[in-house]
Amino acid sequence: MIEIHLILLFMIAAAVIAVEVKDLVSSVVAIGAVGMGLCIAFLLLKAPDLAIMQLVVEILSLIILIRATIRKDLPFSASGRWVFNTISTLSFIAIFLTAAYISLKHIPVFGNAVLGVSKTYLEDALAGKGAYNTIASITLNYRTLDTLGEAVALFTAVIGILAIARRIGGQKEG
Amino acid sequence: MTVYLLCLVLFSVGLYCVLRKRNIIKIIIGIGIMEYAVNLFFILLGYRHEGRSPIFAEDQMIKNVVDPLPQAVVLTTIVIGLSVTLLLVSIAIRIYEKYGTFDITKIDNLKG
Amino acid sequence: MLDREDKGMTLIVKTVTRITLGFILLYGIYIGFSGHASPGGGFAGGVIIALSFVHIMLAFGKDVALRHLKARMLRVLSALGGLVFLFVILMGFAHKRVPLDMIFDAVRSCHIFTNDIIIPLCEMVIVGAGLFAIFTALVLLSKIDKNSE
Repeated sequence: MIEIHLILLFMIAAAVIAVEVKDLVSSVVAIGAVGMGLCIAFLLLKAPDLAIMQLVVEILSLIILIRATIRKDLPFSASGRWVFNTISTLSFIAIFLTAAYISLKHIPVFGNAVLGVSKTYLEDALAGKGAYNTIASITLNYRTLDTLGEAVALFTAVIGILAIARRIGGQKEG
Repeated sequence: MTVYLLCLVLFSVGLYCVLRKRNIIKIIIGIGIMEYAVNLFFILLGYRHEGRSPIFAEDQMIKNVVDPLPQAVVLTTIVIGLSVTLLLVSIAIRIYEKYGTFDITKIDNLKG
Repeated sequence: MLDREDKGMTLIVKTVTRITLGFILLYGIYIGFSGHASPGGGFAGGVIIALSFVHIMLAFGKDVALRHLKARMLRVLSALGGLVFLFVILMGFAHKRVPLDMIFDAVRSCHIFTNDIIIPLCEMVIVGAGLFAIFTALVLLSKIDKNSE
């Protein structure tokens, strides 16, 4: 699967650009490129449900990020105590990648996934439930409590934003 | 194996950004990159060669299907990642109103 | 820049928005309701409907968008969506009186709602909840921007 490697290399290049560029709007555009590459990677990995979801969620988060940065455009990226901090961060990342390489030998090779629990879902979905989309059947029939937890997480974020936006002086809202 | 390692390299690019940058918007961008990398890693774990997507049609016999369970989990995770990003950006705007800067080394007053 | 935010964008953007807005809303409703047979589902449909309202707000300014959908109505609808969803799940619990780890059997053998009704009903609720929560957040963020300058 050479296409997945190419998409991953493109995403890494766009992510490095997003991290290193000094202008804030340019780095938000670069993370948009990373998200677009991720959407194409989901399509290559045969997950169309996730590709739709990733695309629209990324559009919304880009709108909100640009909303936050376009008025307060302070391109501020300099760092102090440069040498020690960079070397310690890079050595930590090297240790992390080495440990990951050692432990990645024990999981199944890419492309031979073990369908343990999913075999039950796949056999039962069409016959028992009548839903053609297995993912919708999993999220709404077998794992409904996960979907409830997702709705709770959305509501918590909305309540949190309402609480942060509240003014102490009693600004009228609503 | 190299696909997994490239995905973890993407995660470590995001981790480097969170640890080393001084601007709050850059930190939010780094957290976003880490979210993308973790979601991709879950879906890479569940891929089968010559599989097809787990959506049945009326009259097709299915031989080889990609794993649908990580996809259902990542669907939830993408929405939760969006709500975390929304909350972070609203906190960042509030910090800008209070201190006048996005630089995290200048935010050191402990008064409310 | 404050006046430009209030009045929206240029004439080209406004004209194109008037044409494409109905299609975006219809596409979001379609993806939300046909999630059981093709990719999509309630959450993706809800986000697309929210994006259509955000489109109004970006192109025409905040006042026109809030005239179409009042902020108080947003909170009522969001809370209502969450409560209906919770009620549907608790019906699944209470109808068979089974312990927590038999939720699979409880939802399936709930003989008030058959499986043809419960799936679109849940999706309609999730679409409503997802949509309005996200749009509420963006409207209030723009209120922060207004009041800070």
